[in-house]
Amino acid sequence: MPKSILAFIENKDGKFKNSAFEVVSVANKTAKETGKELVLLAIGNDLEKEAESLRKYGAVKLICAELNSLNSYSPDNSIKYSASSFAKVISECAVQHDADVIILSATSLGKDLAGRIAIKTDSAVFNDCIDVKTESGKITASRPVFAGKSITDIASDSEKIVISIRPNVFKPELNESPVVNCEKADLSKMNLSENDFKAVVKEISVSSEKLDVAEADRIVSGGRGLREPENFKLIENLAAAIGAATGASRAVVDAGWRPHSEQVGQTGKTVSPSLYIACGISGAIQHLAGMSSSKCIVAINKDKDAPIFQIANYGIIGDVFEIIPALTDEFKKVLSN
Amino acid sequence: MKIAVCVSLVPDSTTKVKISENGKTIDENGVSFIINPYDEFAVEEALRIKEKNGGDVTAVAFGTEKAKEVIKKAFQMGADKGVLIKSETADFDSYTVAKNLSEYLKSENPDLIFFGKQSIDFDGLLIPSMVSELMNIPSVSVVVKLEINGKKISAEREIEGGKEIVESELPVIIGAQKGLNEPRYPNLKSIMAAKSKPIQEIPAYYKGKKTEITGMKLPPSKSSGKIFTNGPSDIPELVRLLREEAKVI
Ligand SMILES: Cc1cc2nc3c(=O)[nH]c(=O)nc-3n(C[C@H](O)[C@H](O)[C@H](O)COP(=O)(O)OP(=O)(O)OC[C@H]3O[C@@H](n4cnc5c(N)ncnc54)[C@H](O)[C@@H]3O)c2cc1C
Ligand SMILES: Nc1ncnc2c1ncn2[C@@H]1O[C@H](COP(=O)(O)O)[C@@H](O)[C@H]1O
Repeated sequence: MPKSILAFIENKDGKFKNSAFEVVSVANKTAKETGKELVLLAIGNDLEKEAESLRKYGAVKLICAELNSLNSYSPDNSIKYSASSFAKVISECAVQHDADVIILSATSLGKDLAGRIAIKTDSAVFNDCIDVKTESGKITASRPVFAGKSITDIASDSEKIVISIRPNVFKPELNESPVVNCEKADLSKMNLSENDFKAVVKEISVSSEKLDVAEADRIVSGGRGLREPENFKLIENLAAAIGAATGASRAVVDAGWRPHSEQVGQTGKTVSPSLYIACGISGAIQHLAGMSSSKCIVAINKDKDAPIFQIANYGIIGDVFEIIPALTDEFKKVLSN
Repeated sequence: MKIAVCVSLVPDSTTKVKISENGKTIDENGVSFIINPYDEFAVEEALRIKEKNGGDVTAVAFGTEKAKEVIKKAFQMGADKGVLIKSETADFDSYTVAKNLSEYLKSENPDLIFFGKQSIDFDGLLIPSMVSELMNIPSVSVVVKLEINGKKISAEREIEGGKEIVESELPVIIGAQKGLNEPRYPNLKSIMAAKSKPIQEIPAYYKGKKTEITGMKLPPSKSSGKIFTNGPSDIPELVRLLREEAKVI
């Protein structure tokens, strides 16, 4: 008897995130390949009214766990959420629906949850995957290791698996279903206790209204070649012209020119946008570690031997102070037509 | 305050990855090994807390004999004690590591347990949360700021586009992110002192694992890109290609 797949999908202020559609799409495909039923689970408030947005990607059944009710199990009523209670709800839901595969996105939350759910449900875990396949009924995955310098294929003999997929890698595929049925999760059947609220999120602050590099589909990054922090205006203008987020190399973050939240690379963020424009960045291996899986890489550097050109799809050898303003103008010109 | 720091040994981040003949691991010939960079933030934070509040810091590693190297690095930074949970083989996964670390940590009951947020070799991103569940104590990872007030902690954790403030009680597990502190460089005195510190060896508690690496490959190499050399006059053509060939604009 084929069991089911439980997919956990994230929302932000009641709207499903992009990663949610990626998860639904991957989970739906895997469900078809394995003959399992797909059950979606979301935690938030009033999510039923957004269910329709999932239908395009093959959703048929959505379970909504009310965040406000979940938080009422906490002794402290000023919390936003606790990761351990989320892990509890997902794991209990998996048991209730006889799920032997749990899929979620490797976002900040997903990375925190995957290991917890794996232990709670005694599952193997394939974390941060860039490929998920079914071969003769068995699910296998690929994931980057050594900061993307190599890729491993993984498999498991466990009866249960938790899979987290890297955001922005899987494009959501259209696969319309007739209707999405919503159901409320019965939290009273989930053995929730104060124990699930020992570490709680009290406050969530958005560092700025700006798009975060880790979530952006286009990124313009600057490095030491910009020479002074003030010159990042050029990067910001170019980014604004094409609706991109701004990124930075570690050299300029360490120098205090840019915030750490913008750092791309091994000790910064891992990104895979469709367009990554590197300006005045040499392309050190630790920088490449964070961005080499970008779909299209454009490099601007005055040194023709800069390693960044080896992985660039397009490059301009030239001075950033000359190239960036001209490129910004050209983008503006073609986009206004 | 009783503090434990879990440390792992990883190939230097500049390592050029070559895949060994079995097609499943990297060829370690000529590779130099370092303490996982995130674990340095973990050790540093543990030492600072000890220096302020008193107590001791134990560095714990699970691995083969070779993992002693990483405990020595922690000693050089100033860790008081070192424990190697010894594995007979290098063939283990995150689950094996988490099981072994949690068995040892349960027997010691530290007030604070530090991890790096991730190891830079297999980028597992799993151990701190797995150990949290196995020990049934709370954890906060990707921490860039930590405050301790008596039995309570407040941690700032990085998320996409912002931060979260997480509160918890001790004992707690913390996963260190870059930015938490600036790790110290070992000085001559601490390097000398490290030499005489003994490493306690404990046989592995658990040998099983749940995942299998079935293959390892290099990422598909990009075909060489189009590089323009005429400066601004090439820009219209570049933008045309971005629109029509790459279709990204
Ligand atoms: C453990 C470890 C982790 C690390 N993690 C990261 C990480 O996460 N992210 C990261 O980025 N780095 C990381 N690094 C640092 C990395 O090794 C490099 O030092 C860093 O990426 C260099 O930044 P950069 O390219 O801006 O500077 P540089 O290497 O100094 O390069 C500047 C480039 O600008 C070009 N240039 C100069 N002037 C101009 C001009 N007028 N016009 C056009 N081009 C110009 C130069 O030709 C040069 O190529 C890490 C290092 C270590 C050891
Ligand atoms: N073999 C090990 N021994 C001790 N600690 C480890 C080991 N492997 C990983 N860790 C710890 O777990 C953290 C996260 O590792 P990972 O989940 O593998 O990315 C690391 O930064 C270390 O603090």
